[in-house]
Amino acid sequence: MSLKTFHIVFVTVSVLLMLVIAAWNFGNYRDNGTQADLTWGVVSVIAAVGLLIYGKIFLRKFKNVSYL
Amino acid sequence: MDIPYTVNPRSDTGLYNAKVGIWLFLASEVMLFGAFFSAYILLRVTAQQGFWPDVADGWPHGLLNIPIGTFNTAVLISSSVTVVMAWMALKENNFPKFRNFMLFTVACALGFLGIKTFEYKEKFSHYVIRTTDGKVVTGHFDVDGKSPLFWTLDTVKSKNIEKLKVEVDIPNRYRFPVGMQVPEDIHKAHAEGRHHDERVIEVSQIDSLKAFIPSTHPFFAIYFTMTFLHGLHVLGGAIVLAYFTFIGTDLWRKNPEQFTNRIEVGGLFWHFVDLVWIFLFPVVYLL
Repeated sequence: MSLKTFHIVFVTVSVLLMLVIAAWNFGNYRDNGTQADLTWGVVSVIAAVGLLIYGKIFLRKFKNVSYL
Repeated sequence: MDIPYTVNPRSDTGLYNAKVGIWLFLASEVMLFGAFFSAYILLRVTAQQGFWPDVADGWPHGLLNIPIGTFNTAVLISSSVTVVMAWMALKENNFPKFRNFMLFTVACALGFLGIKTFEYKEKFSHYVIRTTDGKVVTGHFDVDGKSPLFWTLDTVKSKNIEKLKVEVDIPNRYRFPVGMQVPEDIHKAHAEGRHHDERVIEVSQIDSLKAFIPSTHPFFAIYFTMTFLHGLHVLGGAIVLAYFTFIGTDLWRKNPEQFTNRIEVGGLFWHFVDLVWIFLFPVVYLL
């Protein structure tokens, strides 16, 4: 597995982490109504989307590099 | 004697030797960290209901600094992006660009370790105090304007201190897991910017005084073991990447392909270290 493939795995796991953090923050917001939790939840979703876009750009830029 | 297959792949594996070597090493690392993760989860699920220190065998939920942990996660994710960019710069034959990306990666590693050191220091000066009337509080105290580290009740007594002015923690909202409401008085205190209550405690009334160190609670034992082990990996990775950036650059002039492969191997290790943190952060800080 090349660094390219491992980086794709890494970005995928990072996106999942951001979604977990977002869910955790939204859960806290639901329970307590704290504005900061809502803000951090939205920031986490934006980070997840940003990482997805980055992943797509990365794949385009590294299309000539082997997955092995 | 030349080491074979440093650039070209072996016909049987389809990979150059260093890549096979790093993946074998990373497989052993998965087993090492996997054992600690298993230990953590077992300790977590077998802890009694309720929060430590109110419940002696409970779990000290929410005692870690989540905003700082989140920031450190962002630092490590950024460093993984730049290490790949550095490798790509070498493939494009652009050494100055490689060096810039590597400098950023090493700076991120040092930043991560600096923040972790701050977090550790904060824990070593954070105390759980049990009084003779059965009550228990957590908080910080100052002696001569400094927050003492690793003190015990014997240390306090040996210094002939009669009273401690303790900044007793008001539990933050992270102490209450998802699904549990924060009590109104605690909510109000934080909304007013009040995070501590100042309290004077007579030393003669203290039953025990312990810093947040590994021997205080199994959580701290596993937390410090896992994060320190991870920190050692970050330090090791930073040293190797810094070596390629500053000292080991002669190889780039002699054999650029081999140098590029070495950076790929370093990048694989760096990604593994960052991936461990991606799992460590939610498990230790949020669960």
